Amino acid sequence: MNLQDYSVSRSSKAARVAALLAAVTLLVLIAAPWWAGRADMRLMGELFLYLSLATLWNLMAGYAGLVSVGQQAYVGFGGYMLFALTMLGGLNPLVAIAAAGVLGALISIPVAVLIFRLRGAYFAIGTWVIAEVFRLSFAQISALGGGSGSSLPVGIVKSLASGRAMREALSYWLALGAAVLVVTAVYLFLRSRQGLALTAIRDNELAAGSLGIDIWRTKFIVYVVTSAFTAMIGALIFLQKLRISPDAAFSVNDWTAFVIFIVVIGGIGTIEGPIIGTLVFFALRETLADLGTTYLIVLGVVAIVVMLKAPKGIWGVIRSRYDLQLFPLGYRVKHIGQSKEN
Amino acid sequence: MEWLNAIVQGTLLGGLYALFAAGLSLIFGVMRLVNIAHGDLIVLAAYLGLTVTTATGMHPMAALVIVVPAMALIGYALQRGLLNQTLGDDILPPLLVTFGLSVIIQNGLLEVYTADPQTLNAGALETASVAVGGVALGILPLLTFGIAIAVIWGLQWTFYHTALGRAFRAVSDNQDIAQLMGLNRRHIFGLAMALALGVTAIAGILLGIRTSFDPSIGGGRLIFGFEAVIIGGLGNLWGTLVGGVILGVAQTIGAKIDPGWQLLAGHIAFLVILAVRPNGLFPRVSG
Repeated sequence: MNLQDYSVSRSSKAARVAALLAAVTLLVLIAAPWWAGRADMRLMGELFLYLSLATLWNLMAGYAGLVSVGQQAYVGFGGYMLFALTMLGGLNPLVAIAAAGVLGALISIPVAVLIFRLRGAYFAIGTWVIAEVFRLSFAQISALGGGSGSSLPVGIVKSLASGRAMREALSYWLALGAAVLVVTAVYLFLRSRQGLALTAIRDNELAAGSLGIDIWRTKFIVYVVTSAFTAMIGALIFLQKLRISPDAAFSVNDWTAFVIFIVVIGGIGTIEGPIIGTLVFFALRETLADLGTTYLIVLGVVAIVVMLKAPKGIWGVIRSRYDLQLFPLGYRVKHIGQSKEN
Repeated sequence: MEWLNAIVQGTLLGGLYALFAAGLSLIFGVMRLVNIAHGDLIVLAAYLGLTVTTATGMHPMAALVIVVPAMALIGYALQRGLLNQTLGDDILPPLLVTFGLSVIIQNGLLEVYTADPQTLNAGALETASVAVGGVALGILPLLTFGIAIAVIWGLQWTFYHTALGRAFRAVSDNQDIAQLMGLNRRHIFGLAMALALGVTAIAGILLGIRTSFDPSIGGGRLIFGFEAVIIGGLGNLWGTLVGGVILGVAQTIGAKIDPGWQLLAGHIAFLVILAVRPNGLFPRVSG
């Protein structure tokens, strides 16, 4: 056996094919305003925003071990920042979305310092407390409509683009752009040195710590970056909705329960998982939504069954069967040339 | 005097929060499980109470005779049928399964009982009060506080003076060795969950008499219970009572300043204690 007979590579044929298909799909999706109807575009826009939320939650829970049930804190915060900065601050909505991300990162720093004192499941409930504090605080601000909320004034909506079709296309592209940005950012982050540290922590926190990885700092960075992106997505969500209220902005069902189900069903701890999960979630929703509460019960049951029977989700099952990785994160050792014997 | 009144009422309210928390604390102590569906189970108990009282015309307090064993049974079945499968080193499965359970219970209740707010009608008990030194004390809050003390005392006594309590402590210390000593940990966990949901049943009935409830309020009750546990210190039941009282007092004082501040003041008190004493006031075990 000779070392030169082996090569280490990250990419694979499947990954290259997937990248090509993704590029084609992306082009088709960018062109959606020319081929899709208004209702379809709205649905796809929503899908992209859920995909972003799921990818971000997956980064936290699946890689950093930070299981949060309080991400609605940042969704709502971002939404409210959009309204506050445009209505009270006079900013352009697009600038306000970016500013919401910066403010989300800033507010997440003291929050992280506080709730990182809680471990595991108690951390999860701690994040929920934070979301409640945000909800109750924003309900106190009368300039933003207090408990009943407010609508985005027409002038601000029109400052985005004058025509309705253009506005809808812009809103769609923003959602698509956000999803591409988030998935790419998470992918590149996981391939980086920090990402390697994160993966090590996921696999064994004790061993990672003994190799000199600063666990607290790595998790802290993930939390702050996730919060910033989540706040931006929140701003986009409420730019689509044009109306905000504390209960809608900080809804645990809409912004956390669904997101968790998406990630669990799709496959936690993989980049592909949230994408598959989002597609499954929307397919289920479009077919079962008429059932109302029954639909949510079905979703809960599916998530529990997946968690118990196939904890790696749909993508985990596919990957273990076909040895696929569409977003190449790991390295593979390949045998090249003619070896004498093994 | 008004402030004294707020403090006294808050203290009594703390008894209810301690009851929310006791079940949570118990199952965490025995099997390191944090049940996200705990709040929804409290609400489920309140609805069971509603069904029993409307079907039989019993007084809600008398309905405890049926609701407590029913919840205990549900607890045992839930633990053996579902939650035991999630236990292990990974915190994700129990968390996500109980989260899914929470959504299922909440929507199941919506389906059966609709979203209309309900209350348990306890007749004269709801409004009766005694005047002590110029402060009017409601009989119901006093009774709740007394029950909270009795329940916590009972749990402590069970833990330290019975064979069952010894089994709880043994599996809590080391599951594998407890198993080797002839304890069936699956059964013990089932009993712990049964006991926890028995306490939850009491909490649910008292909640239902005190205020109106609907299927969506479970999350809030979980948070109050959780805050009481963390303020008091993990694994310390009497600390949990103190935690409940601190939370209750913070809420009534907050409400005194501005009605909109009631819940916020409680959460802020929790966050301040988390910042100053991360392990709570009287920690017993590390999380």
